[in-house]
Amino acid sequence: MPVTDAVKSELRRIVSDRGFRDEPEDLITHAYDGTPLLEHRPEAIVIPQSTEQVAAIVRLANDADFKIVPRGAGSGLSGGSVPVDNSVVVLLSPRREILEIDEANLTALVEPGVVTGTLADAVAARDLFYPPDPGSISICTLGGNVAEDSGGLRGLKYGVTHNYVMGLEVVTPTGEVLTTGGKAFKNVAGYRLHDVLVGSEGTLGIFTKILLRLLPRPQASQGVVAHFACLEEAATAVAGIIAAKITPAMMEFLDQTTIRCVEDFAKIGLPRDIGALLLMESDGHPAVVAEEAAQMEAICRRAGALHVAQAADPAEGERMKTARRSAFAALARLKPTTILEDATVPRSALPEMVARVEEVARRHGILLGTFGHAGDGNLHPTLCTDERDHEEIHRVETAFAEIFDIAIELGGTITGEHGVGLSKKPFLEKLVGPPGIRMMQDLKQVMDPRAVLNPGKIIEPRPRREGRLPNTQAEAEAMARSMMERP
Amino acid sequence: MHTESPSHSLDLVDQARRRASDPLPSAFQGVDIPRHGDIINCMHCGLCLPHCPTYTLTGEEKHSPRGRIRLIKTIAEGGLEITPGFVESMHFCLLCRACETACPAGVKYGELAEAARAQIEISGVLRSRKRSILRALLLRGLLTRPRLLRVVARLLWINQWTFQALARRTGLMRLMPRRLRELDALAPRIPGRFTRAMVPETVRPEGKPRCRVGLLQGCLADVVYPELNHDAMQVLRHHGCEVVMPRGQTCCGSLLGHNGELEAARRQARRLIEVFERAEVDWLVITTAGCGSFIREYGHLLSGDPDWAERARALAQRVRDISEILVELGPRVPTVPIHRRLTYHEACHLRHGQGIAEPPRQLLALIPGLEIVELPESSWCCGSAGIYNITNTDDAEQLLERKMKNIVSTGADLIATGNPGCMGQIQHGCRSRGLALDVVHPITLLRESYGLPGPPSGLLGRPRRPLFAQGHGGLGAT
Ligand SMILES: Cc1cc2nc3c(=O)[nH]c(=O)nc-3n(C[C@H](O)[C@H](O)[C@H](O)COP(=O)(O)OP(=O)(O)OC[C@H]3O[C@@H](n4cnc5c(N)ncnc54)[C@H](O)[C@@H]3O)c2cc1C
Ligand code: SF4
Ligand code: SF4
Repeated sequence: MPVTDAVKSELRRIVSDRGFRDEPEDLITHAYDGTPLLEHRPEAIVIPQSTEQVAAIVRLANDADFKIVPRGAGSGLSGGSVPVDNSVVVLLSPRREILEIDEANLTALVEPGVVTGTLADAVAARDLFYPPDPGSISICTLGGNVAEDSGGLRGLKYGVTHNYVMGLEVVTPTGEVLTTGGKAFKNVAGYRLHDVLVGSEGTLGIFTKILLRLLPRPQASQGVVAHFACLEEAATAVAGIIAAKITPAMMEFLDQTTIRCVEDFAKIGLPRDIGALLLMESDGHPAVVAEEAAQMEAICRRAGALHVAQAADPAEGERMKTARRSAFAALARLKPTTILEDATVPRSALPEMVARVEEVARRHGILLGTFGHAGDGNLHPTLCTDERDHEEIHRVETAFAEIFDIAIELGGTITGEHGVGLSKKPFLEKLVGPPGIRMMQDLKQVMDPRAVLNPGKIIEPRPRREGRLPNTQAEAEAMARSMMERP
Repeated sequence: MHTESPSHSLDLVDQARRRASDPLPSAFQGVDIPRHGDIINCMHCGLCLPHCPTYTLTGEEKHSPRGRIRLIKTIAEGGLEITPGFVESMHFCLLCRACETACPAGVKYGELAEAARAQIEISGVLRSRKRSILRALLLRGLLTRPRLLRVVARLLWINQWTFQALARRTGLMRLMPRRLRELDALAPRIPGRFTRAMVPETVRPEGKPRCRVGLLQGCLADVVYPELNHDAMQVLRHHGCEVVMPRGQTCCGSLLGHNGELEAARRQARRLIEVFERAEVDWLVITTAGCGSFIREYGHLLSGDPDWAERARALAQRVRDISEILVELGPRVPTVPIHRRLTYHEACHLRHGQGIAEPPRQLLALIPGLEIVELPESSWCCGSAGIYNITNTDDAEQLLERKMKNIVSTGADLIATGNPGCMGQIQHGCRSRGLALDVVHPITLLRESYGLPGPPSGLLGRPRRPLFAQGHGGLGAT
């Protein structure tokens, strides 16, 4: 059923005129996220000002039969916040207050629209540390991070978003408000619901408050860069570092194509003729940092590095990181459409994965740039193409299907951090098999019986449609009672 | 299959692909069409969002670079008309181009936005008698006629010294309508002399000639800050340049180009190219960042004109900002101390338009006595943005407020910036807040620190005494 004028005026009543948009210019500018080739206009955009408003919108969706697509900053790379048919976007990025930083318990309570980098800076000012740092840290929201279980450059040593989520306030798909977890560091009361909700890509609940774990800020950090003639030597260095029992805070690699594009943008003096670049960082106690940095330097030299250097100061290290974060978008300098994936393999399989990805790209005659998180096996093979060239896009799709197969064959996964969304949905079954898909569908059906929340993302939902469904616990009980009373 | 299946991913991909390859008829027309290749170069990653001042003001995606590019794309592919909402979004844009500096993909937002604004003018959605008359008078009429501009400026000067001074002093100003008062506050104070009364057409270098540089006279800058031309000439000749400021220069067309009058801008460009070709200069040196950034893009502006494209590119390649050329020539060491605390505001069209960040800072750092404090958010637009402070006064005021807060936080008593528009805006910010701060172009500080003579002033036209430097130079006389 389309979002009728009556539904729109009801939405207006909930969020007030200030929080409602349905001009074409608004619909068009909420029809995409960071994913290439996906675009679909929503029927309206609503900006809730409270949890109660979010719940009211969800209840209305259940009653009036429209769909809801939660949206943060729209930087997602799997189409998670791209609207579906007959949908209303619930925009959470304006809810950007840091509600509490608890220095006694080392937690932060935030609204979902807080930008990841804003929280990182705010806690750093108090000598605390929020480690997850996706490349999009300057724009993405914590709500989006939790929904995608985003990773980042520090994944190897510090883990990813789910390692930091302690509790959530969630509006469920039927419009109830649920709180899970809390500040208690240990908590085994019942199923860990927030572990199901983290990474649910907006399909199982809308996060309205997020409780995050913080760490003390590392006292020191030291960046190291190494230039290599070829990727194999860089891979040898990575293996050497892991074998030496060092866990760097960051270990990123870039291939030649990526290095050139990054240099064209950031102009930080990277040589254009080297085959691979490793950006490493050690953090922690100053003495340990100094030792680890020296060790990493020595290992890179032994692996045949053309040039190795330690960053002169933290600012230089930060410039390197910023340059690395631009890698994905910088590749768009080559061709207009850059399609990036995040196939991830056990880290020992990384060199083989890199080589096989290159072979696939070569065989299909597609321009490839590869970079990624060498430490945790998370690769970003990026195919550079042009959306106007149908034939090439077709080859790109074939190439990616092969790349996913290789990742699965090597014991890895089709996505390490960007989520399944729409763009990897066709490949999920290969990874988890029919029982996996069925279990996810069952879970979705139990939690979201009318398939109102972001349906069609991750899996195809199977909405339950016999009879009317209760919206709330009270209603469910009333319905159950009346069924019992019936002869 | 159930009836209510939401769009399958591949359907969405197919839809997008169909739109990209078989676009519907587009509302864009004529020669200045936003180029499709540039449009789809934007991969909608969003990394530019936090750098965009208008997005930061409203938080609305349609006020972000990514949103604007998507609107342009949708119109280009026939999915939207040129609507009032689109016009609002594009006219709210400052054209500060901070998004270009931030964009790793190298999207040429400035060119897209200029073409989009030209399309808005062509479409006529805004056409009204009053607007047409105003634009004909001010943009096409006044800016393209330097002599007329000087006459008007002279009248404004007389007015400022007589009626307005009286009105302000007697409080009569308060009786004027709010809009008029606002505009009066924005209006720069017009000096008594313009460039031509200050400098000769050509000056010979000090010592052995190293190169011949042409100096851009400027249009508005010429009548508001003519001393910049004088100062640039002095400093350039001090560095062994023969400096010529050819007569017959007109407005470079930047204000026209930014406001959707690309055809008129092209006419200006052709005239300027001719003037400087005739002057046979090695470099075209510019003290006004807004003009520099526009002339650097003449190649693009005239790319559709086979007779002029090459000549336009050739001139564009000779463009140097005054700070840039001095650094390239190897700046001499200034010796007269300036004992002030200074902060440096980066003009958008220097930093983002021309990618010049370090040269002005390097030059200022040479000046003895100067204590330089880095300005937080130094490259955030001050709200001047061409004529934005006139067209969007309230938004510009909010940006100015942010800029002034940052300036005050540095504790500086002197602000340097390389663009007259910014100088005027920040001066207005200081005046309206009762702050006793001086705003100055780096070239003026350099000229004083080199001990070179000031611009002629007073009835007798004696060189102005240094405003900032301590000692008296007298090293080089004209
Ligand atoms: C340049 C660039 C670099 C990137 N680098 C990385 C990286 O290093 N690591 C990484 O993991 N990702 C990376 N990403 C992907 C992306 O930034 C992350 O997935 C991010 O978490 C998305 O956040 P967002 O606020 O933009 O969410 P959106 O894109 O708006 O939404 C993402 C998903 O979350 C859901 N959602 C959003 N808010 C809520 C909420 N409050 N409640 C429930 N569901 C919600 C949406 O429905 C959608 O399914 C990168 C993206 C870009 C453009
Ligand atoms: S303009 Fe550049 S930075 Fe902004 S969204 Fe497009 S590609 Fe990304
Ligand atoms: S030019 Fe400035 S105001 Fe306009 S979109 Fe770019 S950053 Fe925003």
